[in-house]
Amino acid sequence: MNSFDSNPATNSLISSEADSQRTLYPYVTGTSVVGIKYKDGILLAADMGGSYGSTLRYKSVERLKPVGKHSLIGASGEISDFQEIMRYLDDLILSDNMWDDGNSLGPKEVHNYLTRVMYNRRNKFNPLWNSLVLGGVKNGQKYLGTVSMIGVHYEDNHVATGFGNHLARPLLRDEWRENLTFEEGVILLEKCMRVLLYRDRSAVNKLQIAKITEEGVTISPPYSLKTFWNFSAFENPTHGAEGSW
Amino acid sequence: MTKQQANWSPYDNNGGTCVAIAGADYCVIAADTRMSSGYNILTRDYSKIIQLADKSVMASSGFQADVRALQKVLASRHLLYQHQHNKQMSCPAMAQLLSNTLYYKRFFPYYAFNVLGGLDNEGKGCVFTYDAVGSYERVGYSSQGSGSTLITPFLDNQLKSPSPLLLPAKDAVTPLSEAEAIDLVKTCFASATERDIYTGDKLEIIVLNASGIRQEYMELRKD
Repeated sequence: MNSFDSNPATNSLISSEADSQRTLYPYVTGTSVVGIKYKDGILLAADMGGSYGSTLRYKSVERLKPVGKHSLIGASGEISDFQEIMRYLDDLILSDNMWDDGNSLGPKEVHNYLTRVMYNRRNKFNPLWNSLVLGGVKNGQKYLGTVSMIGVHYEDNHVATGFGNHLARPLLRDEWRENLTFEEGVILLEKCMRVLLYRDRSAVNKLQIAKITEEGVTISPPYSLKTFWNFSAFENPTHGAEGSW
Repeated sequence: MTKQQANWSPYDNNGGTCVAIAGADYCVIAADTRMSSGYNILTRDYSKIIQLADKSVMASSGFQADVRALQKVLASRHLLYQHQHNKQMSCPAMAQLLSNTLYYKRFFPYYAFNVLGGLDNEGKGCVFTYDAVGSYERVGYSSQGSGSTLITPFLDNQLKSPSPLLLPAKDAVTPLSEAEAIDLVKTCFASATERDIYTGDKLEIIVLNASGIRQEYMELRKD
């Protein structure tokens, strides 16, 4: 379907004076977000990096945020678009609260709202360049979903964005089970984040883990993972191939 | 300076296969529950089937965001129809609505490949098959999606549909019983799963007949 854009005949259908306003490519980006359901609710993990292309420019970016009383959002992709999404969500939650009717938006509703926002922006060829994870608990029901920049969405017991899909999901498919305890959940998430740290060049070793239960949201202070680089194969890499590098 | 080109595509193919078979007094609609993107499996448990009306069930594969939006538009239109006409839409009516809805976006299509199944006004099974821009026809059976190239020839062999050119027109519905049709559908998916990487995980089967609607599941290979 890329012939749609590269064909000069159709390209003019999408390009015009208003182009300077459209998103063409992302500038400051966050990498993977990983989320799992556990016994009491949802756990999300994301590092605090904001990359500017290949530069690890910002190292204290909070990519996990609470939304209303019942939800948590994690974002990867363009950070400025995430900030815009937070403004949309603040407005949404405000309007919900203004009804003052005792009802509040649950995670399923917020996920649906985000899906519609992302899809509608994609329809106008001006996407919000993010992949979002939305998790929460309401009335004992746990919910964990994700939505991409073109509006592809689904819910599952474990989700991930970006590289997390390649590296974390396989680990989760093997080791996730129903009713993990909080400690077990954190160990599992840290295992995923460690693999991502070793293998994703945009990952930074400063992360947060967020928890949401019926009681509320807790986002951990930033911390780093222990890593091991002393594998013997790395010690003298040119051993047996003198002259190589 | 050359003009900037967009380096993202508004479409993705999330894969999957759909099948529907019309019987004398029943209709079987089935689809796998795998959702993919490229070589990744996103989730193994996503339903592609939606009941639009009492006697209309749609299964759609293709780009999931478009499929979901299409489902919502049709559900919304059906609700309006019920308010205005105080009755459910018939399957042939829903078939026309789906066609019109797809053609409405002829110049930025819903990347959705649909089969609509149900019971017509006489209670006979009916299946309608579509392309992405709304071209449709009533058939006795159909398959759409990534596994359709593997399934359609097999169904052609097993169900031997009469030519639409025959005069007088011959009924397209299969002489198979409901149980035989369900078994055939299971065979189709088990085979498609072997060779199509986008088909697998689980099979969801919906059966519509005079007694109502029923759902069945079957495990498929997860590789």
